[in-house]
Amino acid sequence: MNEEMAYDMQGKPHRVPDFHEDYDGGKLGFWIFLLTEAMMFGALFLLFAIYFYRYTEAFATSSGMLDVWLGGTNTVILLVSTYTMGLGTLMMRQGKIRVSVILIGLTALMAVTFLAIKAVEWSMDIQHGLYPNSGVLDAMDKGEILFWGLYFVMTGLHGLHIIAGIALMVWVSLMIRSGSVRPDHIIVMKNVTLYWDFVHLIWIVLFPIFYMIGV
Amino acid sequence: MKMSSFYHETQTVFGTHKNPILQWIFSIDHKRIALLYMGVMFTLFFFAVGAALTMRAELFSPGSQFLEPQTYNQLFTFHGVTMIFLFIVPGIAAALGNFILPLMLGARDLSFPRLNLLSWWLYILGVVTGLSSLVTGYGFADTGWTFYAPYSIRTDAHVLSTLSAAFILGLSSILTGINFVVTIHRLRAPGMSFFKMPLFVWGLYATAWIQVLATPVIGITLLLVILERTLGVGIFDPTKGGDPILYEHLFWIYSHPAVYLMILPGFGIVSEVLPVFTRRTIFGYHSIAISSASIAGIGYLVWGHHMFTSGMSDTARIIFSFLTFLVAVPTGVKIFDWVATLYKGSIILATPMLWILGSIINFTIGGLTGVTLGALGADIHLHDTYFVVAHFHYTILGGVIFMFIGGLHYWYPKITGKMYDEVRGRIAFILMFIGFNTLWFPMFLAGYLGNPRRYFDYLPAFTPFHQIAGIGAIFVALGLMLIVYNFYRGLKNGKEAGPNPWRGTTLEWHIPSPPPLENFSKIPYVDFEPYEYKEGEPLVQFDENFRRVH
Ligand code: HEM
Ligand SMILES: [Cu+2]
Repeated sequence: MNEEMAYDMQGKPHRVPDFHEDYDGGKLGFWIFLLTEAMMFGALFLLFAIYFYRYTEAFATSSGMLDVWLGGTNTVILLVSTYTMGLGTLMMRQGKIRVSVILIGLTALMAVTFLAIKAVEWSMDIQHGLYPNSGVLDAMDKGEILFWGLYFVMTGLHGLHIIAGIALMVWVSLMIRSGSVRPDHIIVMKNVTLYWDFVHLIWIVLFPIFYMIGV
Repeated sequence: MKMSSFYHETQTVFGTHKNPILQWIFSIDHKRIALLYMGVMFTLFFFAVGAALTMRAELFSPGSQFLEPQTYNQLFTFHGVTMIFLFIVPGIAAALGNFILPLMLGARDLSFPRLNLLSWWLYILGVVTGLSSLVTGYGFADTGWTFYAPYSIRTDAHVLSTLSAAFILGLSSILTGINFVVTIHRLRAPGMSFFKMPLFVWGLYATAWIQVLATPVIGITLLLVILERTLGVGIFDPTKGGDPILYEHLFWIYSHPAVYLMILPGFGIVSEVLPVFTRRTIFGYHSIAISSASIAGIGYLVWGHHMFTSGMSDTARIIFSFLTFLVAVPTGVKIFDWVATLYKGSIILATPMLWILGSIINFTIGGLTGVTLGALGADIHLHDTYFVVAHFHYTILGGVIFMFIGGLHYWYPKITGKMYDEVRGRIAFILMFIGFNTLWFPMFLAGYLGNPRRYFDYLPAFTPFHQIAGIGAIFVALGLMLIVYNFYRGLKNGKEAGPNPWRGTTLEWHIPSPPPLENFSKIPYVDFEPYEYKEGEPLVQFDENFRRVH
């Protein structure tokens, strides 16, 4: 491709940044986007920390009611899924398109499993009357009300991120099919992988603060 | 031969369209998107001014004239929400910034043109969501633009749509911020180091970082209030153990930096206009650039000054008070640099310059009264009085919006290719400057004497202050109308502006007005400082291939 040049007073050429295919720009933009996500979850973690400090006992009791095994299984699932997603990107870069698509599919499958387990957990909690505004919960201690409030908000928001992740994986697969994502042009796929790493990282924090403090 | 400009051709997300409306609303050209923002924003601005004038009319005499108290609550909420979230926060960056930033950098567009269009669409979605409650029969929110919990959880008024709107607008603002940061990092013309960027770009850069770092916090906070109202999660609800003061903390962690979000691009405009109309390089380029960044930084640490009276430890109050004083330092540095630029410059009192000089005066008054409010003792007396209302109207209306209007006059020839009428421009400024000070100065006094804010009524003793303010408001309205008329007439039969009517030095003045579709036929090499004059003339000249000849 023809690179555009700008000439200084001595007539020396200087490369003009190409704004159509700016790989590093796309990467930078996505990192900044993740920063905004981190700020958003950061505010929630801050709230959690403050209320945990105020109602430590109640938080520990409520945490004991969550199923560590289900939560733990989900942690493992996400851990493995970031691995398959990362491997998929690697394969893509090496030109192994088919393997790559299969790996993305596997990742999406694990994401769906995560959601299914989450749904089981939520419905168990709800059956016990443990959801915001329920009579059972409102009769409980204030710290417990807050714990469950935060639990549903934060895991819910995280769940939305998982759903978005699945949508992104489907989208990437379509882009691979149409040839917009190619071994020599993987910025979109790299960013989706990065996003998935982030979603997994958030869960790595959510898991101990909700499931482990009561153990 | 007249070049074809971006008004004649465009690129859209879907390739090309025949229909001119679709060509506009799907255009991915930063200049068109800027004009879209401008059109919608100023329409909303005038609605909000209308609400303000209605309030002023009600306040003309004590007692109830024609408004119910509840209607008044909704009016000031509508006025505040529209002015803040729909107008001034996105304002200068999305409208003027979008247009000028790539031109100043020597870029053909922003880094992500499609994302830019998406930001605009999200903005429109936010506007529609926010205003929907006006027509669905529930009436506008009555919480004030701050949505303080627990009132915002309990009130019967329609807060949900307003909250969701603010959330969506936040998203739009974040995307613009990301776009600007990446553009500034990636698309500067070759040779343009960070310290060769025009100062408006520095202002936008600092603004963009605030957008990125602060907006998510308010987003999640408002989302929590939404969940509070719909599901009752209890996080800010004291009956469930939640803490409304935490809401205030989170709200102001965003909203104080958001004040700088409004102001920093305005400061950028001042730093552009001053060198051009004094025909000399700006004094203290580096300190102005750095102070933008440090205002953005320190601005993060001072939110607590909004909460001196709402329950906070004394230690915290003293720390916040001290930090608040600290922000005055970089701001003061800027103002001294500007004054030093004026000193010994050959000042040309054209309309843009008048607005900028007026804004420096108003902003200084607003800033000094802000320091007064930052002092703990004074704030406890003045909190929630008209003193505060006067203070922020001085900074935002008298300061930032004056800068904005100055910028609009300054870049009007670049955007339209035409000139407005200079005499009319000056008259409009004088009307506004006198009107503005007549409107808001008495409110400092009324507030100092104890007139609380957000009330539709007041004690008879305050009548003279409110009546003088009412007269000032009429002048302000007249001034605004004259500006609009002037711009309209300029479009219809103003004379051709040519590429550089003000003899500016920054890159946008080296291309035709209005600019062609991709701004630059060739990208220049930038090995010079942004504001260099020699004997009153721009030092740097290019030939038609954008090679430097001087
Ligand atoms: C055009 C002339 C303007 C007039 C006559 C005006 C007048 C007023 C009045 C009468 C109030 C209510 C005071 C109270 O009862 O507490 C008010 C509040 C407010 N104004 Fe303005 N205003 C103007 C422009 C602006 C602008 C340009 C902005 C910001 C961009 C702005 C932002 C606000 C805010 C944030 C509030 C507080 C609303 C609340 O308490 O929630 N105003 N204004
Ligand atoms: Cu503040």
